[in-house]
Amino acid sequence: MTPRRKQRLIMTIALFVGAIVVIGFSLLALRENINLFFTPSEVNAGDAPPNTSFRMGGMVVSGSIKRIEGSLLVEFDLTDTAETVTVKYAGILPDLFGEGQGIVTQGQLLPDGTFEATQVLAKHDETYMPPEVEHALEKAQKMGF
Amino acid sequence: MIPEIGIFALIIALLLCLFQGIFPLIGATRGIASWIILAKPLAKGQLIFVSIAFAALTWSFISNDFSVAYVVQNSNTKLPLMYRISGVWGSHEGSLLLWMLILSCWTAAVTVFSRSIPEEMIAKVLSVLGLVSTGFLLFILLTSNPFARQFPIPLDGRDLNPLLQDPGLAIHPPMLYIGYVGFAVPFAFAIAALISGRLDSAWARWSRPWTTLAWVFLTIGIALGSWWAYNELGWGGWWFWDPVENASFMPWLVGTALIHSLIATEKRGVFKAWTVLLAVFAFSLCLLGTFLVRSGVLTSVHAFATDPARGIFILIFLALVIGGSLSLYAWRAPTIRSSGEFDITSREVAILLNNILLVTSAITILLGTLYPLILDSLQLGKISVGPPYFNAVFVPLAIPTICLAGIGIYARWKTDQILRITKGLWLPFVFSLALGLILPSIGMGHYSITAALASVLGIWIISSATHNLWYRLYSYNHAWTPRNVSASIYGMALAHAGVGVLVIGIGFTSAYTVEKEVRMSINDEYVLNGYQYRFKGVSTRQGPNYTSLFGEISVLKNDQEITKLYPEKRTYLVQDNPMTEPGIDVGLFRDLYVVLGQPLENHQTWSIRIYHNTFVRWIWLGPLIMSLGGLLAALDARYRKVTLNPRTNSSNARRIEMN
Repeated sequence: MTPRRKQRLIMTIALFVGAIVVIGFSLLALRENINLFFTPSEVNAGDAPPNTSFRMGGMVVSGSIKRIEGSLLVEFDLTDTAETVTVKYAGILPDLFGEGQGIVTQGQLLPDGTFEATQVLAKHDETYMPPEVEHALEKAQKMGF
Repeated sequence: MIPEIGIFALIIALLLCLFQGIFPLIGATRGIASWIILAKPLAKGQLIFVSIAFAALTWSFISNDFSVAYVVQNSNTKLPLMYRISGVWGSHEGSLLLWMLILSCWTAAVTVFSRSIPEEMIAKVLSVLGLVSTGFLLFILLTSNPFARQFPIPLDGRDLNPLLQDPGLAIHPPMLYIGYVGFAVPFAFAIAALISGRLDSAWARWSRPWTTLAWVFLTIGIALGSWWAYNELGWGGWWFWDPVENASFMPWLVGTALIHSLIATEKRGVFKAWTVLLAVFAFSLCLLGTFLVRSGVLTSVHAFATDPARGIFILIFLALVIGGSLSLYAWRAPTIRSSGEFDITSREVAILLNNILLVTSAITILLGTLYPLILDSLQLGKISVGPPYFNAVFVPLAIPTICLAGIGIYARWKTDQILRITKGLWLPFVFSLALGLILPSIGMGHYSITAALASVLGIWIISSATHNLWYRLYSYNHAWTPRNVSASIYGMALAHAGVGVLVIGIGFTSAYTVEKEVRMSINDEYVLNGYQYRFKGVSTRQGPNYTSLFGEISVLKNDQEITKLYPEKRTYLVQDNPMTEPGIDVGLFRDLYVVLGQPLENHQTWSIRIYHNTFVRWIWLGPLIMSLGGLLAALDARYRKVTLNPRTNSSNARRIEMN
């Protein structure tokens, strides 16, 4: 091997090692930054981790939306038709939020079993059901509800 | 009648594409001249018939032909004419037809602007494009027929999705598609070169303007999408790392890498195999993007109704394109020889590093985008990957890329000395460090490290691009008359400077943007960053196809009114969808952005979201400058030179070497 070729080989190896390191780090970042998804049934069964942000999806129960006077706080119940979890949220709800709508929330479970949401997502189409919510409803139906 | 003409036109176009995909290719490999000359007329015929189909669908929209199911789903008699036209690509079937039309346009453009390229080469390129078109036409005809009739004929349509009723959306998809589809051209050049086994610098020179042009449109398309999301979604943000945004960003990153590696391949004859791979991957990522968006596997604003057949078709198509190209590559790669030698300190290495960084960022984004889909399909649970991941992996890769962009342009081809490069570099380096560190302390509320870092990097890339241009113009002749440099050098400087503007915009927006959600009753005032927002109440208004609740907020500074903002909440009559339209006061250094929330107690009090978006305009200004630079480079007269005999070829090469 000529010195020039050797030099190039070393460079190529160094670059590939570098790329592998970067991909390794990004896998690590991925593990730390994924949001798990749980259905209300799973949350009430205690499957969701405490003190960790996760996503929960379901339908907003009719008549459950309560606003707290003098603040931006909202409370509503989220159901997968089997179980129901109360969600608390401070802020402006998306346009398509409403009774009977399928939504996805992100937040943490409080010790009293309610869910404190930092984000509420509803999709921009009245016929569109988020796949997660559809999945949650199917799961509840399989369990016999 | 008109819709049937559309279908017939598509079927004829399919036959033409099939011929275009087979005969010129065989003709070029076997040397049958009469088959080679078929390529150009077939490509033009394809454009004519696809245009007829597209015109037929547009006519169905304009004339409110509600016997066509696609028109029923996406139009309405009350829809303004402009949105009836843009409604053609408002959903799946029509946007595929637009894809196809754009592919035909690119193909026809190749036939017109290819006088400097040998006939057999062009015949092969057009054949590859013909095969791609065949795939897409089959996709349209088999799974997504836009002309399907519907009986009984409804009296009126279901209206265009209100989100899409925005001027930004009328141009965002066409631009993005022109970019996406444009990468089919360098792909076809790469495959044609692989087939003929001629991967020389001429091939790279032919590909370069097409790649740059596709990149220009992709850049504009992505920027428009971001601008549209900012104007229309009312979330105040400009980039969400939404899977669909990622789907357009990945080909952009790989396309940017391709532009740079093509330079090295053309001028120094190095990285040939790698460049071919990049061309294949850039186009494959465009197809993957289409698959992700169209198959409904994603939860996104772009996800239309799901039809598994479509997803499977694109997946098979994708597998054929990637599998076919890679097999061809594996067969041909051993014959590819890179001719140039180079040292560790050289522009070749700078370009190699640029490529590795850009491709690695594309891979990490691909990982984050596909990971939830893979877990889901393996039944390992539903997860989502959010912005924290993408920021954590992308930013550390983007920073060295930007640093390198300033250094690489000074490095000489083949071999250089670090000392010589630093001689050129110290001035922009000191300048950007000094100005960049000072900038966040001027006129901003507090000093932010993020903003300081971004402004150092941004000014670094702008000042090095400017200084380097000046250096190229004046350094060798010591006189005050500038040297002749090609348009592509100006384009490069401009595009790099655009990146700098974008970086500054991103840094300052993320560091200084403030968002507040407040309750406001009539005549309440809220002060944010020195601006007083005074709520004047909400009234109603009737639009052409919606009713609107619009708030009035006057914005004051030092008790002087500077503007009035009218954030709206529209309810579209047909789909009964509420839509938020923010009220925005645009400025070069800050946007005042107000969103109407919900009525709280008895409609006197509303929840209102106020954003003070610092430097957000720079985020779209940057890509605009970048694409102007790209356009300048793509239109460089050098590419249009007819180089028929080897002597002109070599003198041309020498001239390029000097640049």
